[in-house]
Amino acid sequence: MSQNKFKGRPKMPQRPVQERIRDFDEVPSGLEEWAAVEEARRCLQCKKPLCMRGCPVEIDIPAFIALIAEGKFDQAVQKMKEKNSLPAICGRVCPQEEQCERECVLAKKGEPIAVGYLERFIADYEREHGVRSPYCFSENEKKIAVIGAGPAGLTCSGDLAKMGYDVTIFEALHAPGGVLVYGIPEFRLPKSIVFGEVDYVKSLGVKLELSIVVGKSVTIEDLEKEGFGAFFIGTGAGLPYFMELPGENLNGIYSANEFLTRSNLMKGYRFPEYDTPIKIGRRVAVIGGGNVAMDSARTAIRLGAEEVCLVYRRTKNEMPARVEEVERAEEEGVNCIILTNPVRFLGNQNGWVTGIECIEMELGEPDESGRRRPVAIEGSEYVIPIDTVIVAIGQGPNPLLLETMPDLNLNRKGYIDIDPETGATSMRGTFAGGDIVTGAATVISAMGAGKQAARSIDRFFKDPDTFPQWR
Amino acid sequence: MAKILVKEVLTPQIKLMVVDVPRIARKAKPGQFVVVRFHEQGERIPLTIADFDPDAGTVTIIFQEVGKSTVHLGEMEEGDDILDFVGPLGREIEEKNFGHVVCVGGGVGIAPVYPKARALKMLGNFVTSIIGARTADLIFWEKEMRSVSDVLHVTTDDGTYGEKGFVTQVLENTLKKDTVDLVVAVGPLIMMKMVSLLTKKLGIPTLVSLNPIMVDGTGMCGCCRVTVGEKCKFTCVDGPVFDGHQVDYDELLARQRTYLDEEQRAMEVWRMKKAEEETIRVTK
Repeated sequence: MSQNKFKGRPKMPQRPVQERIRDFDEVPSGLEEWAAVEEARRCLQCKKPLCMRGCPVEIDIPAFIALIAEGKFDQAVQKMKEKNSLPAICGRVCPQEEQCERECVLAKKGEPIAVGYLERFIADYEREHGVRSPYCFSENEKKIAVIGAGPAGLTCSGDLAKMGYDVTIFEALHAPGGVLVYGIPEFRLPKSIVFGEVDYVKSLGVKLELSIVVGKSVTIEDLEKEGFGAFFIGTGAGLPYFMELPGENLNGIYSANEFLTRSNLMKGYRFPEYDTPIKIGRRVAVIGGGNVAMDSARTAIRLGAEEVCLVYRRTKNEMPARVEEVERAEEEGVNCIILTNPVRFLGNQNGWVTGIECIEMELGEPDESGRRRPVAIEGSEYVIPIDTVIVAIGQGPNPLLLETMPDLNLNRKGYIDIDPETGATSMRGTFAGGDIVTGAATVISAMGAGKQAARSIDRFFKDPDTFPQWR
Repeated sequence: MAKILVKEVLTPQIKLMVVDVPRIARKAKPGQFVVVRFHEQGERIPLTIADFDPDAGTVTIIFQEVGKSTVHLGEMEEGDDILDFVGPLGREIEEKNFGHVVCVGGGVGIAPVYPKARALKMLGNFVTSIIGARTADLIFWEKEMRSVSDVLHVTTDDGTYGEKGFVTQVLENTLKKDTVDLVVAVGPLIMMKMVSLLTKKLGIPTLVSLNPIMVDGTGMCGCCRVTVGEKCKFTCVDGPVFDGHQVDYDELLARQRTYLDEEQRAMEVWRMKKAEEETIRVTK
């Protein structure tokens, strides 16, 4: 294989700021074919590929890259899909810099192979050229219920279907995708791409039942009676945290979940063509420093806010958001107000928010997360005038399903307790993975958990005695 | 998909639909609600379950046409499919024998109070019901309410039917006259507020059923949050039934007005579209 030592890692082409902040279309446009091939040729094809160690869904990274380098894109698609049912999504939202690309040998020189860009290239190639992966199904009467059609559930279902199982996904919302459709905005992950990946999973034989709230419309017990022999719970975190500060229920204060759901799932940005309204003020403050905060801030800009600021209690170094997301947000005009924490919300006589009283912070000793703990500076309170607030400080476990399963062991924080090796819960035949186990984490870690559970469910049917906790 | 089996026009603005949803009908309990979306561009709106029949596999919804979505829903006919019909959501009311229960239903709130009155009656409670509306035309389900109540009062604000005045006046008289163990009130927020103020003064436990703006209805967004006893609650998962004495009604009244401008605009756009369609039809 030819190696080109003189060319470096390609830059992802993206639309100019002034153009992209006026609409919700996707910002990066993807590598062109020649650039993808050139980048694939830069891969050293290591004998012991370190990149694969960093991949939660175990993609054979050097193999699919080698196929791109040879121009065999159809085969690259199939190589990819052996392990990953959702590459168009991973290629867009995975934090590769913390996974495969961090492990890449070339990372030492600062220019790891752009695995994420190549993954996206190959997934987009498939969508545009209609490549279909050749799967033939062995009929298997074993029925599995997957609860939640997010990244964990879709991955688990896809893998089980490939093994020949009869899988049905139950989704509470009216559209599949979970956080991929209600949370992540169109400009970062177009919904047509999510639905394309869902169609692929359905093409494997997976059935999808929408608008079914397991725990309310039907219980696990009911599903057992319907003949389901194993369960995977991938319901996500799904209960937004608020700051519990005075004035937080004033009009104009949204949880990030509500704000993004209105915009993404309900298409509020196209009101009144779509029925769901979304309110945006002239001055918007987003509280938090994660990817969800960045998504909210960038959505606010596109909805026409004049000033958008991000209020974060630590410094940019501690922000949990991907560096790339913070950069894009700042490019688009988001102003980061760091070392600042809200104390209370101020409102007018009609019940609308008018300002946030904040206090300045400084960093003290490291806390249990290893990040330096922010400490309030006494007497530094001041007011930021504001018309809309979006609270993006994370979420907790949604109780709807869990409270109907008294035998399910939960951890101290209320998430499902699992055997980390298998994804098995305390209830026989029931597995779990994704944010409902870990708390809010990444799409790819949820997918990894779905993959692990699929393997365990297969083992459970073939060899149930290997789960000592259920003996 | 959920098929509309029966449609009835109860009053010019209040409509009833019996919908074919066997799964939901099997699970429904008094006090619970459904979330409905009926076209691809539609919003998700919460509607209280007015009645349910597990054997027939049906759920009855009753709604008042107050904005674009409810007007649109009201134009749907028997045989039409409702795109998304999710539920049953929320918690049911506590079903037990309290003794003497007064059920108060104001306006379209008569519908959600009915299954609660029925359940309480079946458990042996003595049920006094008070239903009221602005004017005679807006009273519905009098017969149904009578069938689940030991005593029924009907009021209209303008005196065109039943007793003249507000439901709260009849309630006050009843509370003075009889020993009452529990009051259940469903209706406009302001009515539930007045009922709660009255019963709080007299120390009579009171349950109200709230109907704030919602999006998903499953605890995911927090749009329906309300302060109950100094604590922030999500109506969709913690409610919709709450201790009426603890609810911060003024905060909720303000929150209900969040999208007034947008609701008006949606209605205008809808009327224009309808007028256009009508013009095209006529010219053809």
